[in-house]
Amino acid sequence: MSSYLHAFGAHLPERVVTNAELAERVGRTGDWIESVSGIRERRWAAPETTVADMGVAAAETCLRKAGISTNELGMLMVASGSGARGFPGPAAEVADRLCLSSVPAVDLPIASAGSLFGLALAMRLTEAYGDVLVVAAEKMSDVVETDPNTAILFGDGAGAALVSVRPGPWRMLDAVLHTDGQYRGDLACDQTGVLRMNGLAVILQAARKIPSSIEEVLRRQNISAKQVAVFLLHQANLNLLTRVAKALGVGPEKVFANVQRYGNTSSASMLIAAAEWSETNSERGPIVFSAFGAGFHWGALVADSAA
Amino acid sequence: MLIQDIAGKPAPEDDQESLFESGLLDSFALPDLVSAIEKEFATKVPDSDLNPRKFDSIERMDAYLAEHVGG
Repeated sequence: MSSYLHAFGAHLPERVVTNAELAERVGRTGDWIESVSGIRERRWAAPETTVADMGVAAAETCLRKAGISTNELGMLMVASGSGARGFPGPAAEVADRLCLSSVPAVDLPIASAGSLFGLALAMRLTEAYGDVLVVAAEKMSDVVETDPNTAILFGDGAGAALVSVRPGPWRMLDAVLHTDGQYRGDLACDQTGVLRMNGLAVILQAARKIPSSIEEVLRRQNISAKQVAVFLLHQANLNLLTRVAKALGVGPEKVFANVQRYGNTSSASMLIAAAEWSETNSERGPIVFSAFGAGFHWGALVADSAA
Repeated sequence: MLIQDIAGKPAPEDDQESLFESGLLDSFALPDLVSAIEKEFATKVPDSDLNPRKFDSIERMDAYLAEHVGG
Protein backbone atom coordinates (compact mmCIF):
# COMPACT_ATOMS: atom_id res chain seq x y z
CA MET A 1 0.00 0.00 0.00
CA SER A 2 1.31 3.47 -0.85
CA SER A 3 1.80 6.32 1.58
CA TYR A 4 1.35 9.98 0.75
CA LEU A 5 2.58 13.33 1.98
CA HIS A 6 -0.43 15.61 2.35
CA ALA A 7 0.81 18.91 3.74
CA PHE A 8 3.57 20.69 5.61
CA GLY A 9 3.54 23.36 8.27
CA ALA A 10 6.11 25.63 9.86
CA HIS A 11 6.51 28.01 12.75
CA LEU A 12 9.31 30.53 13.18
CA PRO A 13 9.68 32.77 16.22
CA GLU A 14 9.31 36.48 15.51
CA ARG A 15 12.63 37.64 16.88
CA VAL A 16 15.26 38.02 14.15
CA VAL A 17 18.89 37.79 15.28
CA THR A 18 21.19 39.26 12.67
CA ASN A 19 24.86 38.48 12.22
CA ALA A 20 25.62 42.01 13.39
CA GLU A 21 23.88 41.31 16.70
CA LEU A 22 25.63 37.98 17.11
CA ALA A 23 29.07 39.17 16.03
CA GLU A 24 30.04 40.82 19.29
CA ARG A 25 28.75 37.91 21.35
CA VAL A 26 30.99 35.41 19.55
CA GLY A 27 33.97 37.68 18.84
CA ARG A 28 33.70 37.53 15.07
CA THR A 29 32.45 39.88 12.34
CA GLY A 30 29.12 39.56 10.60
CA ASP A 31 30.91 39.11 7.28
CA TRP A 32 32.92 36.21 8.69
CA ILE A 33 29.76 34.53 9.93
CA GLU A 34 28.14 34.80 6.50
CA SER A 35 31.28 33.65 4.67
CA VAL A 36 31.65 30.43 6.66
CA SER A 37 27.94 29.55 6.84
CA GLY A 38 25.92 31.53 4.31
CA ILE A 39 23.69 32.52 7.24
CA ARG A 40 22.61 36.18 7.45
CA GLU A 41 20.11 35.89 10.28
CA ARG A 42 18.25 33.35 12.41
CA ARG A 43 15.21 33.33 14.68
CA TRP A 44 15.33 32.97 18.45
CA ALA A 45 12.34 32.07 20.53
CA ALA A 46 11.40 34.14 23.59
CA PRO A 47 12.78 32.79 26.88
CA GLU A 48 9.36 31.50 27.95
CA THR A 49 8.67 29.74 24.62
CA THR A 50 9.19 25.98 24.67
CA VAL A 51 9.94 23.33 22.06
CA ALA A 52 6.37 22.09 22.55
CA ASP A 53 4.95 25.60 21.97
CA MET A 54 6.64 25.78 18.58
CA GLY A 55 5.79 22.18 17.72
CA VAL A 56 2.10 22.72 18.42
CA ALA A 57 2.07 25.85 16.25
CA ALA A 58 3.66 24.02 13.29
CA ALA A 59 1.35 21.02 13.82
CA GLU A 60 -1.78 23.17 13.77
CA THR A 61 -0.66 24.89 10.56
CA CYS A 62 0.04 21.54 8.92
CA LEU A 63 -3.32 20.06 9.96
CA ARG A 64 -5.15 23.16 8.71
CA LYS A 65 -3.42 22.86 5.32
CA ALA A 66 -4.20 19.15 5.18
CA GLY A 67 -7.83 19.87 6.03
CA ILE A 68 -8.08 17.31 8.82
CA SER A 69 -8.75 17.57 12.52
CA THR A 70 -6.60 16.13 15.29
CA ASN A 71 -9.13 13.41 16.08
CA GLU A 72 -8.36 11.84 12.69
CA LEU A 73 -4.71 11.24 13.64
CA GLY A 74 -3.52 7.73 14.40
CA MET A 75 0.01 8.57 15.55
CA LEU A 76 2.20 11.54 16.46
CA MET A 77 5.98 11.71 16.17
CA VAL A 78 7.96 14.62 17.59
CA ALA A 79 11.60 15.03 16.64
CA SER A 80 13.69 17.26 18.88
CA GLY A 81 17.19 17.32 20.29
CA SER A 82 16.63 20.41 22.42
CA GLY A 83 13.67 19.55 24.59
CA ALA A 84 13.80 20.74 28.18
CA ARG A 85 13.56 17.31 29.83
CA GLY A 86 15.30 13.97 29.50
CA PHE A 87 11.91 12.29 29.70
CA PRO A 88 9.13 12.46 28.88
CA GLY A 89 10.11 14.23 25.69
CA PRO A 90 7.96 16.90 24.04
CA ALA A 91 5.77 14.36 22.19
CA ALA A 92 3.58 13.86 25.29
CA GLU A 93 2.96 17.59 25.72
CA VAL A 94 2.39 18.21 22.01
CA ALA A 95 -0.10 15.32 21.96
CA ASP A 96 -1.92 16.67 25.01
CA ARG A 97 -2.16 20.16 23.55
CA LEU A 98 -3.51 18.73 20.29
CA CYS A 99 -6.17 16.96 22.40
CA LEU A 100 -4.75 13.51 21.56
CA SER A 101 -5.29 11.40 24.64
CA SER A 102 -4.85 7.84 23.41
CA VAL A 103 -2.92 7.65 20.15
CA PRO A 104 0.79 6.79 20.44
CA ALA A 105 3.04 9.85 20.61
CA VAL A 106 6.67 9.01 19.97
CA ASP A 107 9.78 11.11 20.58
CA LEU A 108 12.68 11.04 18.15
CA PRO A 109 15.50 12.67 20.15
CA ILE A 110 18.13 12.38 17.42
CA ALA A 111 18.51 16.04 16.44
CA SER A 112 19.12 17.00 12.82
CA ALA A 113 18.07 13.77 11.08
CA GLY A 114 15.01 13.37 13.32
CA SER A 115 12.38 14.64 10.90
CA LEU A 116 13.80 12.52 8.07
CA PHE A 117 13.69 9.42 10.27
CA GLY A 118 10.15 10.42 11.28
CA LEU A 119 8.98 10.69 7.67
CA ALA A 120 10.59 7.38 6.73
CA LEU A 121 9.04 5.57 9.70
CA ALA A 122 5.66 7.22 9.12
CA MET A 123 5.74 6.01 5.52
CA ARG A 124 5.81 2.44 6.85
CA LEU A 125 3.60 2.89 9.93
CA THR A 126 0.65 4.79 8.48
CA GLU A 127 -0.84 1.60 7.08
CA ALA A 128 -1.04 0.19 10.61
CA TYR A 129 -1.85 3.31 12.63
CA GLY A 130 -3.68 5.65 10.28
CA ASP A 131 -2.64 9.25 9.62
CA VAL A 132 0.74 10.11 11.16
CA LEU A 133 1.68 13.68 12.04
CA VAL A 134 5.45 14.19 12.06
CA VAL A 135 6.55 17.27 14.00
CA ALA A 136 10.07 18.59 14.49
CA ALA A 137 10.74 21.45 16.90
CA GLU A 138 13.98 22.90 18.21
CA LYS A 139 15.01 25.65 20.57
CA MET A 140 18.68 25.58 19.66
CA SER A 141 19.29 28.99 21.27
CA ASP A 142 19.04 27.15 24.60
CA VAL A 143 21.89 24.74 23.80
CA VAL A 144 24.54 27.00 22.29
CA GLU A 145 26.76 29.42 24.19
CA THR A 146 29.39 31.73 22.73
CA ASP A 147 31.57 29.24 20.85
CA PRO A 148 31.69 30.84 17.39
CA ASN A 149 31.80 27.42 15.73
CA THR A 150 28.28 26.64 16.94
CA ALA A 151 26.64 29.85 18.16
CA ILE A 152 26.57 31.36 14.66
CA LEU A 153 24.86 28.39 13.07
CA PHE A 154 21.75 27.58 15.00
CA GLY A 155 18.26 29.00 15.17
CA ASP A 156 14.86 28.09 16.61
CA GLY A 157 11.76 26.88 14.79
CA ALA A 158 9.43 24.01 14.05
CA GLY A 159 8.04 22.11 11.08
CA ALA A 160 5.43 19.43 10.53
CA ALA A 161 4.23 17.01 7.85
CA LEU A 162 1.17 14.80 7.53
CA VAL A 163 1.60 11.25 6.19
CA SER A 164 -1.39 9.11 5.22
CA VAL A 165 -2.41 6.13 3.12
CA ARG A 166 -5.15 8.33 1.67
CA PRO A 167 -4.00 9.67 -1.72
CA GLY A 168 -2.40 13.12 -1.41
CA PRO A 169 -0.16 15.46 -3.40
CA TRP A 170 3.05 13.39 -3.13
CA ARG A 171 3.36 9.60 -3.17
CA MET A 172 6.23 8.42 -0.98
CA LEU A 173 8.37 6.01 -2.99
CA ASP A 174 11.32 4.89 -0.90
CA ALA A 175 13.69 5.81 1.91
CA VAL A 176 17.13 4.83 3.15
CA LEU A 177 18.26 5.39 6.74
CA HIS A 178 21.71 4.86 8.23
CA THR A 179 23.47 5.24 11.58
CA ASP A 180 27.17 5.02 12.42
CA GLY A 181 27.53 5.38 16.17
CA GLN A 182 31.31 5.60 16.24
CA TYR A 183 30.90 9.36 15.69
CA ARG A 184 28.35 9.89 18.49
CA GLY A 185 30.78 12.11 20.39
CA ASP A 186 31.47 14.44 17.48
CA LEU A 187 28.11 16.20 17.68
CA ALA A 188 26.29 15.93 20.96
CA CYS A 189 24.36 17.75 23.65
CA ASP A 190 25.07 15.95 26.91
CA GLN A 191 23.74 16.56 30.40
CA THR A 192 25.54 19.90 30.58
CA GLY A 193 22.91 21.10 28.14
CA VAL A 194 25.51 22.61 25.82
CA LEU A 195 25.97 21.48 22.24
CA ARG A 196 29.51 20.31 21.33
CA MET A 197 30.54 19.83 17.73
CA ASN A 198 33.66 18.61 15.97
CA GLY A 199 33.01 20.64 12.84
CA LEU A 200 35.76 18.96 10.81
CA ALA A 201 34.33 15.49 11.38
CA VAL A 202 30.75 16.60 10.78
CA ILE A 203 31.47 18.39 7.50
CA LEU A 204 33.78 15.65 6.22
CA GLN A 205 31.18 12.96 6.81
CA ALA A 206 28.13 15.00 5.80
CA ALA A 207 29.69 16.15 2.53
CA ARG A 208 29.96 12.53 1.47
CA LYS A 209 27.05 10.79 3.19
CA ILE A 210 24.27 13.17 2.14
CA PRO A 211 25.00 12.78 -1.61
CA SER A 212 25.65 9.05 -1.27
CA SER A 213 22.33 8.39 0.51
CA ILE A 214 20.47 10.47 -2.10
CA GLU A 215 22.16 8.53 -4.90
CA GLU A 216 21.32 5.27 -3.10
CA VAL A 217 17.60 5.97 -2.86
CA LEU A 218 17.37 7.43 -6.38
CA ARG A 219 19.22 4.45 -7.86
CA ARG A 220 16.76 2.07 -6.18
CA GLN A 221 13.90 3.96 -7.82
CA ASN A 222 15.66 4.36 -11.19
CA ILE A 223 15.46 8.15 -10.97
CA SER A 224 18.35 10.42 -11.96
CA ALA A 225 19.32 13.46 -9.92
CA LYS A 226 18.58 15.63 -12.93
CA GLN A 227 14.95 14.41 -12.96
CA VAL A 228 14.37 15.62 -9.42
CA ALA A 229 12.22 18.76 -9.11
CA VAL A 230 13.73 19.85 -5.82
CA PHE A 231 16.03 18.64 -3.07
CA LEU A 232 14.65 19.53 0.36
CA LEU A 233 17.61 19.03 2.68
CA HIS A 234 18.45 19.65 6.30
CA GLN A 235 19.55 23.27 6.29
CA ALA A 236 22.89 22.88 8.02
CA ASN A 237 25.06 25.40 6.22
CA LEU A 238 24.75 27.04 2.79
CA ASN A 239 28.27 25.95 1.85
CA LEU A 240 27.29 22.33 2.50
CA LEU A 241 24.10 22.63 0.43
CA THR A 242 26.12 24.03 -2.48
CA ARG A 243 28.60 21.20 -2.13
CA VAL A 244 25.83 18.59 -2.17
CA ALA A 245 24.39 20.07 -5.38
CA LYS A 246 27.81 19.88 -6.99
CA ALA A 247 28.33 16.27 -5.88
CA LEU A 248 24.94 15.32 -7.35
CA GLY A 249 25.69 17.09 -10.63
CA VAL A 250 22.73 19.47 -10.36
CA GLY A 251 22.58 23.24 -10.24
CA PRO A 252 22.43 24.92 -6.84
CA GLU A 253 18.93 26.20 -7.67
CA LYS A 254 17.67 22.60 -7.40
CA VAL A 255 18.58 22.55 -3.71
CA PHE A 256 16.08 24.64 -1.78
CA ALA A 257 17.83 26.92 0.71
CA ASN A 258 16.45 29.11 3.47
CA VAL A 259 19.35 28.64 5.88
CA GLN A 260 20.34 32.22 5.04
CA ARG A 261 17.24 33.47 6.90
CA TYR A 262 16.67 30.88 9.60
CA GLY A 263 20.07 29.35 10.32
CA ASN A 264 20.32 25.68 11.19
CA THR A 265 17.15 24.69 13.06
CA SER A 266 18.35 21.08 13.39
CA SER A 267 15.53 18.55 12.93
CA ALA A 268 12.99 21.28 12.12
CA SER A 269 14.92 22.69 9.18
CA MET A 270 13.97 20.07 6.57
CA LEU A 271 10.25 20.42 7.25
CA ILE A 272 10.42 24.23 7.41
CA ALA A 273 12.13 24.08 4.01
CA ALA A 274 9.40 21.75 2.70
CA ALA A 275 6.66 24.05 4.02
CA GLU A 276 8.18 27.12 2.36
CA TRP A 277 8.90 25.33 -0.90
CA SER A 278 5.41 23.85 -1.17
CA GLU A 279 3.79 27.25 -0.54
CA THR A 280 5.54 28.90 -3.45
CA ASN A 281 6.05 26.06 -5.93
CA SER A 282 3.71 23.77 -7.82
CA GLU A 283 6.41 22.06 -9.87
CA ARG A 284 5.65 18.41 -10.45
CA GLY A 285 8.20 15.61 -10.37
CA PRO A 286 10.23 13.75 -7.78
CA ILE A 287 11.17 15.53 -4.55
CA VAL A 288 14.02 14.33 -2.40
CA PHE A 289 14.46 14.80 1.33
CA SER A 290 17.80 14.22 3.02
CA ALA A 291 19.39 14.94 6.38
CA PHE A 292 22.53 14.24 8.34
CA GLY A 293 23.16 14.83 12.00
CA ALA A 294 24.26 13.75 15.44
CA GLY A 295 24.85 10.06 15.89
CA PHE A 296 25.74 10.14 13.05
CA HIS A 297 22.29 9.46 11.61
CA TRP A 298 21.59 10.18 7.96
CA GLY A 299 19.53 9.13 4.98
CA ALA A 300 17.25 10.18 2.15
CA LEU A 301 13.64 9.80 1.07
CA VAL A 302 12.10 10.24 -2.36
CA ALA A 303 8.50 11.08 -3.18
CA ASP A 304 6.79 11.90 -6.46
CA SER A 305 3.85 13.98 -7.54
CA ALA A 306 0.75 11.84 -7.27
CA ALA A 307 -1.10 11.13 -10.51
CA MET B 1 51.06 20.76 -4.12
CA LEU B 2 47.57 19.44 -3.38
CA ILE B 3 47.41 21.46 -0.20
CA GLN B 4 48.64 24.59 -1.94
CA ASP B 5 46.03 24.20 -4.68
CA ILE B 6 43.19 23.92 -2.17
CA ALA B 7 44.40 26.48 0.35
CA GLY B 8 45.61 28.97 -2.22
CA LYS B 9 48.68 29.43 -0.01
CA PRO B 10 51.99 27.58 0.37
CA ALA B 11 51.93 24.39 2.42
CA PRO B 12 53.64 24.64 5.83
CA GLU B 13 57.33 23.78 6.05
CA ASP B 14 56.72 21.80 9.24
CA ASP B 15 55.20 18.46 8.21
CA GLN B 16 53.70 18.04 11.69
CA GLU B 17 51.87 21.37 11.74
CA SER B 18 48.08 21.09 11.84
CA LEU B 19 46.63 22.35 8.58
CA PHE B 20 43.39 23.27 10.34
CA GLU B 21 44.53 24.66 13.66
CA SER B 22 47.00 26.85 11.76
CA GLY B 23 44.07 28.26 9.79
CA LEU B 24 45.53 27.17 6.44
CA LEU B 25 42.47 25.05 5.67
CA ASP B 26 38.90 25.40 6.94
CA SER B 27 36.36 22.63 7.53
CA PHE B 28 34.94 22.89 4.02
CA ALA B 29 38.41 22.47 2.49
CA LEU B 30 38.75 19.05 4.13
CA PRO B 31 36.28 17.24 1.81
CA ASP B 32 38.05 18.92 -1.13
CA LEU B 33 41.41 17.73 0.16
CA VAL B 34 40.19 14.14 0.48
CA SER B 35 38.68 14.26 -3.02
CA ALA B 36 41.95 15.64 -4.40
CA ILE B 37 43.91 12.84 -2.70
CA GLU B 38 41.56 10.25 -4.20
CA LYS B 39 42.00 11.71 -7.66
CA GLU B 40 45.76 12.24 -7.43
CA PHE B 41 46.48 8.75 -6.09
CA ALA B 42 43.70 6.93 -7.95
CA THR B 43 42.36 5.56 -4.70
CA LYS B 44 39.11 5.63 -2.76
CA VAL B 45 39.20 6.76 0.85
CA PRO B 46 36.46 4.65 2.48
CA ASP B 47 33.92 6.35 4.75
CA SER B 48 35.45 4.50 7.70
CA ASP B 49 38.70 6.41 7.10
CA LEU B 50 37.02 9.83 6.93
CA ASN B 51 38.56 10.94 10.17
CA PRO B 52 39.97 14.49 10.22
CA ARG B 53 42.95 13.34 12.28
CA LYS B 54 44.18 11.22 9.38
CA PHE B 55 44.49 14.34 7.20
CA ASP B 56 45.42 16.93 9.79
CA SER B 57 49.07 17.38 8.74
CA ILE B 58 51.38 16.51 5.89
CA GLU B 59 53.02 13.86 8.07
CA ARG B 60 49.69 12.18 8.83
CA MET B 61 48.62 12.27 5.19
CA ASP B 62 51.93 10.72 4.19
CA ALA B 63 51.41 7.97 6.76
CA TYR B 64 47.88 7.30 5.54
CA LEU B 65 48.97 7.13 1.91
CA ALA B 66 51.96 4.93 2.74
CA GLU B 67 49.66 2.48 4.46
CA HIS B 68 46.86 2.52 1.91
CA VAL B 69 48.41 3.23 -1.46
CA GLY B 70 51.96 2.12 -0.90
CA GLY B 71 53.42 5.59 -0.42
